[in-house]
Amino acid sequence: MKKIVSVLLLLVLALSCTLVSCEKEEDINAKSEGVLTYAQYCDAALDSDVVIEGYVQGKQIYNTQYGNTSLYIQDGDGAYFVYRLACTQAEYDKIKVGGKVKISGTKSEWGGEVEIVDATCEVLTGEYIAKATDATAAFGNKDNLIKYQNQLVALKGLKVVASTKKDDTTEYAFLYNWDGSGEKGSDLYFNVSDGTTTYQFCVETDLCGKDTDVYKAVEALKVGATIDLEGFLFWYEGNPNPHVTKVTAK
Amino acid sequence: MKKIISLLLLLLLAFSALSLTSCHGRHALDPFTLPERFDTEKPIEITFWAKNDTNISQVNVYKKAIEDFSAIYPNITVNMKLYTDYGKIYNDVITNIATDTTPNVCITYPDHIATYMLGENIVVPLGDIMNDEKYGLGGSEVKFDAVTRDEIVPSFLNECIVNEDYYALPFMRSTEACYINKDFVNSLGYDTIPEVITWDFIFEVSEKAVSLGKKTVKNEKGEDVEVFVANEQEVLLPFIYKSTDNMMIQMLKQKGADYSNENGDILIFNEETEDILFSIAEKVDKKAFSTFKISGYPANFLNSGQCIFAIDSTAGATWMGSEAPLIDIPEERLLSFETVVRPVPQFDTENPQMISQGPSMCIFNKADNQEVLASWLFMQFLLTDGVQISYSQTEGYVPVTTRAQSSDVYRDYLSRSGEDNDLYYNVKLEATNLLLDNIDNTFVTPVFSNSASLRNAAGQMIEEVTKNRRRNKTVDEKFMDNLYREMNSLYKLNIVRTGYQDDLGKLPSGAVTLIIILCAVWCATVTYFVWLYLKKRKQCKTKP
Repeated sequence: MKKIVSVLLLLVLALSCTLVSCEKEEDINAKSEGVLTYAQYCDAALDSDVVIEGYVQGKQIYNTQYGNTSLYIQDGDGAYFVYRLACTQAEYDKIKVGGKVKISGTKSEWGGEVEIVDATCEVLTGEYIAKATDATAAFGNKDNLIKYQNQLVALKGLKVVASTKKDDTTEYAFLYNWDGSGEKGSDLYFNVSDGTTTYQFCVETDLCGKDTDVYKAVEALKVGATIDLEGFLFWYEGNPNPHVTKVTAK
Repeated sequence: MKKIISLLLLLLLAFSALSLTSCHGRHALDPFTLPERFDTEKPIEITFWAKNDTNISQVNVYKKAIEDFSAIYPNITVNMKLYTDYGKIYNDVITNIATDTTPNVCITYPDHIATYMLGENIVVPLGDIMNDEKYGLGGSEVKFDAVTRDEIVPSFLNECIVNEDYYALPFMRSTEACYINKDFVNSLGYDTIPEVITWDFIFEVSEKAVSLGKKTVKNEKGEDVEVFVANEQEVLLPFIYKSTDNMMIQMLKQKGADYSNENGDILIFNEETEDILFSIAEKVDKKAFSTFKISGYPANFLNSGQCIFAIDSTAGATWMGSEAPLIDIPEERLLSFETVVRPVPQFDTENPQMISQGPSMCIFNKADNQEVLASWLFMQFLLTDGVQISYSQTEGYVPVTTRAQSSDVYRDYLSRSGEDNDLYYNVKLEATNLLLDNIDNTFVTPVFSNSASLRNAAGQMIEEVTKNRRRNKTVDEKFMDNLYREMNSLYKLNIVRTGYQDDLGKLPSGAVTLIIILCAVWCATVTYFVWLYLKKRKQCKTKP
């Protein structure tokens, strides 16, 4: 009897192992019916209705004044920015970083940033946290860099270039607000260069507030420092303006 | 023994009654009364919530003002908190009213003040204070050369009346202006731009630009791209409006149509509004019109040759034009052209009407009247020439005092238009002169508790129509009916708000427990007295 029980247990064990190994790895590019692939989304005209599915990689704070948030979403092929998604606090809480969502809205462009506006969101089952894609090689060429628009990218070995304020000759490693008109708690702006090309980067406080590691790391930067960065490749008026999420000074 | 128990219960009852009336919610402050004298020895700390247009020059003016004021009143420390968005200030004030942590002095709009005033004694009325002989405007005990009431431009001061009293003072004034790429207009066959332009003119020129169509050219990489014939660029948005709420308000005013009235009646949902919206829909169909919210900053499109008419505040003039001191686009996109400044388009050029806008200041009530007086003194200091002139020079603002406007320093500033592209930037000075020349043609909308919401709805209707037509959605009578209903509901325009009850949220569990205990005590007390009464009655009945 003991032998039979042992054999049965072994069989159950083997079967469960098989079931576990058979479970498919999530296909992060799989789309439900009627949902656009990333390529189809790119081809969609501005001001047209779009439906996309992807995994939330970042979410801005919940704006209690207007009842909305903005999302950075990604699948295996590309990324999407959802601007001011109207939602309640409870709906916002259900949107998790890494979680899968279905977004229905209108494709739009504002100041060069392609985004989805007037959107609604449905939380789906599924999880995927993207690794930052190394886009350092594309840094000097905007035409190449824009292919990573809205994606979580890594940019390595870049230098902090001085920022200045009006009527002030002091060289700053970063500014509170784009022209230095802010104070602690304002968005941080700093210039980053590969030696040839310089862009302004931003710590968007609606994404990473003043108590986050990245905010403090940027406040501690020195002009000339070599840094590695990660962030969402936001675009503004013809130039990249990454929303930085991680900075490592070397 | 019975007497002792009764006494104890009565004490408990009195205590509980007091607790119930005073524990929950913010304690209403007493109305502010001006102290006999200001105590210059007592250290006083005040907070100042200051709005700037993301403009460091404005921040520097505030900092200098605080420094200069502190030199005159060393016992007063002014802590400044910077904002770049009126909406954020409004939101923070509302939040802080509930926790008794409002600032002392705040840059704000009268529309917003009307909402702050829904709370009791929150905002200090200024009618009496400003007339006080000692500490009023230009009062004998004020330790600097303060402006008198007569020296504030009367129409600007009157804009600060809410519920028949002054609850603010004006800080700066601006209006809207139409910034025009003159070269572009000329290239379309229009040799002159009228001094006062009409809506018809703007749309005619805009439609003409689009009607020239597109052509295919090779780009830098040798690829075929479609560009507009009018500007040889892939993008052409001939007419962009920054603040569509102002657009609707001014169009209605110019047409003599209803918007709201002094009683707080919402009158915007009328046929004239509908006509305006249908006409805008038609212009959107012709690709002649867009908005800031939909497309981006008007200045950026103007400066890159993608826009002919950009309407924005005169306080945005330093961003307008190819020589503007503030530029927000990459250098390679900047186009060289001549910029001219005109008032906002009109329906009747003989009777131009334009909105008066710009920051005002209010002070919040506090338990310590010395603190409030210190706030009032600081607010007066912000009206002195040094602050008024320096701040107005940072943008196309106009000082709110006749004293500053007529000063030699300011007259000299105005006379030097175009001497450089910084302080004397000609577009900024033209925008400033536009308002100075048209002060009598400005107007404001009635202020009441829902006026800020109504303003939002006014702009949102234009945004919705524009968006929907861009997306090829139908804009018809049915759409308008739905739009009116949505705006009514979204902005709660048909609901009379009377207080902050809705915003207090759930009671904390401690408070709930306390209330339950107090209710129990009340019940026990009443039961005890009823029992005593019945017992006494029984005793009376049983006695011979």
